[in-house]
Amino acid sequence: MNLHEHQAKALLAGYDVRVPRGEPVESVGEAVAAASRLGYPVVVKAQIHAGGRGKAGGVRLARNEAAVREAAEAILGHVLVTKQTGPEGRLVRRLLIEEGVDIARELYVSLIVDRSSGRPMIIASAAGGMDIEEVAIETPEKIQTVLVDPAVGLQPFQARRLAFGLGLKGPAFGNGVSFLLALYRAFDGLDASQVEINPMLVTGDGEVLALDAKLSVDDSALFRQRKVAALRDIREESPLEVEADRHHLNYIKLDGSVGCMVNGAGLAMATMDIVKLAGAEPANFLDVGGGASADQIENAFRILSSDSSVRIVLINIFGGILRCDRLAEGLIAAVRKLGLRLPIVIRMEGTNVEVARRMLADSGMDFTPADGMKDAADKVVAKLRAA
Amino acid sequence: MSVLVGHETRLLVQGITGREGAFHTGACRDYGTRVVAGVTPGKGGQEVAGVPVFDTAREAVRATGANTSLVFVPPRFAADAIAEAVDAGLDLVVSITENVPTQDMVRVVRARPPGGTRILGPNCPGAISPNRAKVGIMPGFIHREGAVGVVSRSGTLTYEAVHQLSRRGIGQSTCVGIGGDPVIGTSFVDVLELFAADDETEAVVLIGEIGGSAEEEAADFIRREMTKPVVGFIAGQTAPPGRRMGHAGAIVMGGKGTAAEKMEALRSAGVHVVESPADIGAMMESALPGS
Repeated sequence: MNLHEHQAKALLAGYDVRVPRGEPVESVGEAVAAASRLGYPVVVKAQIHAGGRGKAGGVRLARNEAAVREAAEAILGHVLVTKQTGPEGRLVRRLLIEEGVDIARELYVSLIVDRSSGRPMIIASAAGGMDIEEVAIETPEKIQTVLVDPAVGLQPFQARRLAFGLGLKGPAFGNGVSFLLALYRAFDGLDASQVEINPMLVTGDGEVLALDAKLSVDDSALFRQRKVAALRDIREESPLEVEADRHHLNYIKLDGSVGCMVNGAGLAMATMDIVKLAGAEPANFLDVGGGASADQIENAFRILSSDSSVRIVLINIFGGILRCDRLAEGLIAAVRKLGLRLPIVIRMEGTNVEVARRMLADSGMDFTPADGMKDAADKVVAKLRAA
Repeated sequence: MSVLVGHETRLLVQGITGREGAFHTGACRDYGTRVVAGVTPGKGGQEVAGVPVFDTAREAVRATGANTSLVFVPPRFAADAIAEAVDAGLDLVVSITENVPTQDMVRVVRARPPGGTRILGPNCPGAISPNRAKVGIMPGFIHREGAVGVVSRSGTLTYEAVHQLSRRGIGQSTCVGIGGDPVIGTSFVDVLELFAADDETEAVVLIGEIGGSAEEEAADFIRREMTKPVVGFIAGQTAPPGRRMGHAGAIVMGGKGTAAEKMEALRSAGVHVVESPADIGAMMESALPGS
């Protein structure tokens, strides 16, 4: 689950990670009021679930009330296009008004779970404000990493090593060590899958602060992260994806015209791949899961066919726990209920497949059966071209 | 020989009294697996389909000589169940459960003593040695006994690959799902080591997917150690970056973990990489020794 910057900062501050003072607002009037409480200068920051806001004009410095008003009016209620939003951009509904801080140095720090070692890893770099991916390619020697033993947590000597490596001196050194230790506690305590502070700021007085903060929390841990779960902003998510999530379906909307319905994530990806290889584009990723019920099948079918760019549906099911006859039953019911608007190519294999094939053939509906994944993809493409 | 599961397997099912646990206990036993015990805390003394249920894994092991466990415990308790199996000294614990918090797995993997219980999964279909033992949720009937080892991060895509093999008359030694989560107990390299050392396995199918670097590590191992032919497929060639594709671990982050990179790494290690998931069986047919 992704969070807004202001939410991430509030959560981190709960673990004593230092952040600038700031207030989230949803109107120009609130922005002006917040700025006068904080004192000038302030920074006006668009709150959307995407990075690259600064370069896209979504972060502006304001030295007085007129400037705050102007910045808030220019950003709030407008679509911001950054390199992470895609060309359609994101509507900005919320701003963070934050106190301006003086910047002596900009550093970088992030925490992830390193998959190879199965341990939390801290990544730090003196090149703050830059994409870490770029730093990794251009100046890999500037990146330091530390693996943390989850049984004991981040050790002070490890934090010192990182702080020395970042070139911190004087009061900034001690503040930097405290900052890193607090950040690890937050990562651990919040079940984060990623925390990225870029830049991690050093002020002229040696204060160390998170000037920006990106926080993603493990969806599987939300049952024990109630405070985080309550912060979900579904306006930042695609409506069809939200709807699918409500039915415990894994759905991701893509740009093509072939609606895909598959059981299992790996097979669903492979189905998208073979559609592309055959010469068409998948409209979505959709995993109905291992034990989908007739209801689930109906919901899945409704969601994928409500995407107006879908021109044909490809169903690929390898029945294990999910029996093919149950799929056929759900599908026939769904098509009857929703009306068969789109051509449907079905590939089924596995448990009770013979029964299922008969059910589809006897339904009197226009399903195109396929033998194997390749045949299915080829039939989809042929039908698209004939249409 | 086969790897991980076989005639020697004496299975304990954790979470046996739940719907899934009870169903698959029956399915594993029907396949021929020796299911000797179940564990559900507080339900010791009961029976599920004739299998005795115990309160703790230790008791179950002491009473029945179980050496392998299959975990169907709900996500929030799954890591604890795995830890209990490790503590009870089983050889292998297979966790089917999906949506286990990553940090729980970080702790369990860390707490496992060196040389201790092997953890397979979580979020995996399990392992099967055809005609010997099925320890998982895969449909048994698509498998056929033979000499190809299969290792995969996926469930149904593994069934697809197995189906292609069986249809061509190519049997399997053992099929292993290692799971789709970011932190898992057994890696591709671990299973490849087992297949490399297994007399009965003559070739391997490796099915990877986007995210992480497990396939690159596998490629490294294959280049250095593997003399048996390997056929590879990577799912997610068309997946958009930054999105989790169903599996918690299937995500391209910061431009890393793409299918293209993984396919290239495997290819350069001598793996027969197929672009199309429909070509796995055919490629294995031509890659097998003596063909």
